[in-house]
Amino acid sequence: MSKKILFQLIFFCFFFTKEIFAAESGGMPQLNPEFWVSQIFWLTLTFSILYVVLSRMILPKISSNLELRKSQIQENILAAEKQREDSEIKLKEYENIISKSKLNAKNILKETRDKTLKDINLKRENLEKQIDLEISKAENEIITLKKTAPEKINKIAIQTSSEILKNLIGAEINSSSISAIVDDLSKKNKNKYYGN
Amino acid sequence: MAANPMTQFEVYRIGPEIKIGTFDISFTNASLFMVISSVAILLIFNLGSKKNLMLPNKIQLLAELSYSFVSKMISDTAGSKAKPYFSFIFSLFMFVLFCNMFGMIPYTFTVTSHIIVTFVLAAFIFIGVTIIGFVKHGLGYLKLFVPSGVPIILLPLIVVIEIISYLSRPISLSVRLFANMMAGHTMMKVFGGFVISLGIVGGWLPLSFSVALTGLEILVAFLQAYVFAILTCIYLNDALNLHH
Repeated sequence: MSKKILFQLIFFCFFFTKEIFAAESGGMPQLNPEFWVSQIFWLTLTFSILYVVLSRMILPKISSNLELRKSQIQENILAAEKQREDSEIKLKEYENIISKSKLNAKNILKETRDKTLKDINLKRENLEKQIDLEISKAENEIITLKKTAPEKINKIAIQTSSEILKNLIGAEINSSSISAIVDDLSKKNKNKYYGN
Repeated sequence: MAANPMTQFEVYRIGPEIKIGTFDISFTNASLFMVISSVAILLIFNLGSKKNLMLPNKIQLLAELSYSFVSKMISDTAGSKAKPYFSFIFSLFMFVLFCNMFGMIPYTFTVTSHIIVTFVLAAFIFIGVTIIGFVKHGLGYLKLFVPSGVPIILLPLIVVIEIISYLSRPISLSVRLFANMMAGHTMMKVFGGFVISLGIVGGWLPLSFSVALTGLEILVAFLQAYVFAILTCIYLNDALNLHH
């Protein structure tokens, strides 16, 4: 029933167009039913073959191609992400190592400086001690020299004066009397010669 | 005078007459262009799917873009339930598109400018969609004709209107495509005829019209294939997801 209505409607639709073209030409070739069956047959045949080949062979292939590419891209993105993370970890490690070694270097520097300072101090102390020793030795010598100096000077004075007298007078004078005079003089002039 | 603009739609026999019973199924120029379109589609998509390059070449890109274009169209209009019908809608869209486009080449025959071809396609879609609807929803598919939220008094009228609109689907679908193709080609032929009849002096104006119309017709060829496919999706959506 509905089919009949449909076909009637179609023909109704084309009635006017047909009238328009009919005046000018031989009408629409589309409405000539001579090759309708042929067209239906060939349409069914070609479209079915097209549909079967597309749906069985070609479209699944395109679909799998697309999915494969998608998954591959996804994988690559994941791999890249992983590598980036790895490189970040490596960078952190590197920075750690660098900071550690910097700290180490600082420590070593400090240690060596301390050590050398200590060494220097020790050596200086030793030197100072030695110098002090030498100084005290020299002082002692000076003191002993100072102590022995008047006697020697007296002796020299006695000898020289006896020689002078001998040369001047031409006679030998008892050394003991000379020494008594020198001692006396030196005692008298002690403050004058050795006064501090 | 110019040739009759309707002669381009004439169907003629190529080769011998083939008959099955009383039916004449001879190979005609229409059949030839159906075969050419199908072979072209199969060739292009076969080449486009043969190799799976990480960086697709042009033909592979063409195939894959068409695939995702149709896939997106279906999922946008009919949802995920329409996935099993993807191959059919893809074939339909490509077949109509290639037939339309081949018709744009001079001296070719436009398969889709024949009402019987578009009507067979539309009727097949209509019957198929109706069967799918009844299989999926049983007699509940008849609820399609009873929109919700309509006053009881208006219901009889609405139901009649809905039934008429449903039954006119194959007609509107087929006539839309057929009329567009026929009108466009006729118009181009008429303007072409004017170029000849007005000659070298006045022929430039219709010639420029003809050039502009060619561009328009290529657009229409794509657009009508798209509309045909998207309407199929919408009908399928009605059958798969009963909203009323």
